Amino acid sequence: MPDESVISDEMRAHLDVESDPITYDVEKGAVIKFAQAIGDSNPLFQDEAAARSGPYGVIVAPPTFLRSLIAGEAKSEFPRPFPNNLDGGSEYEFFEPIRVGDRITVTKAIVELTERQGRLGTMLFTTAETRYVNQLGQLAATQRTTGISYATPVEEE
Amino acid sequence: MTQLYYEDVNVGDEVSPLSKNATSQQLVKYAGASGDYYQIHYDDGFARNNGLPGIIIHGALKNAFLGQLVTDWMGPHGQLKKLSVSYRAMDIPNEDLVCSGTVTDKRVEDGVGIVECEIALHNGAGKATTPGKAIVSLPMWGS
Repeated sequence: MPDESVISDEMRAHLDVESDPITYDVEKGAVIKFAQAIGDSNPLFQDEAAARSGPYGVIVAPPTFLRSLIAGEAKSEFPRPFPNNLDGGSEYEFFEPIRVGDRITVTKAIVELTERQGRLGTMLFTTAETRYVNQLGQLAATQRTTGISYATPVEEE
Repeated sequence: MTQLYYEDVNVGDEVSPLSKNATSQQLVKYAGASGDYYQIHYDDGFARNNGLPGIIIHGALKNAFLGQLVTDWMGPHGQLKKLSVSYRAMDIPNEDLVCSGTVTDKRVEDGVGIVECEIALHNGAGKATTPGKAIVSLPMWGS
């Protein structure tokens, strides 16, 4: 373990500070376009007649459509300690369906900072949580994403 | 679409596999639909200047493929509760990708049938570049 942590007080000051909320209308065209872009022909996501007789009565969004509802900028830029950044992964939890016609308010905050020694030297893992709240005030979903910041460039295998 | 029921599922069962092959055109469509315009996904020169072998598939598109794996399998009355993925290696366009999974647990919680799966996206060489987990609820017979 390094003697000195790369996690500074300035970084810790970003913990749990939410981005300014942005509200999106879930538009039918956008949902259909997203389903087509990912190559998902599920009628619940693009066929109005099929959706009407389905469990939701209206077209619903594929689970990862939420990715297109991009959160606003953080109030101030997070001071990344290293030049290289990787997308480590994603974890969605779904509580309510995302229906065409919904209004979804999106906020995002860094919720965890951890550092590790690994193949790429010292690595900083930044976990952010994005919250998606619908027009009824219900938490419809959350997404936790992990970014990896590291000093040593990746050697291609 | 066929409906999967809680009682139909056993630990060790396979999640019906899903084949994908992401063309450069699909990456551009995904960039437009998702709003992720990072050039490493459609500009070959930009990607190479960033030390990549060429353009690579958006991690979030692989996440979408794994979402479809699960929503196709569970049927219209299933509900996806949790979907997690780890990006362990990059994937490139025009490879035959296979999404697959295995049921690892099933239980009834508050009268709801819950099923857990380990899932992964495999590259053209069969390597699991994007493993993950999914938790779904499934309807029960007679419900």
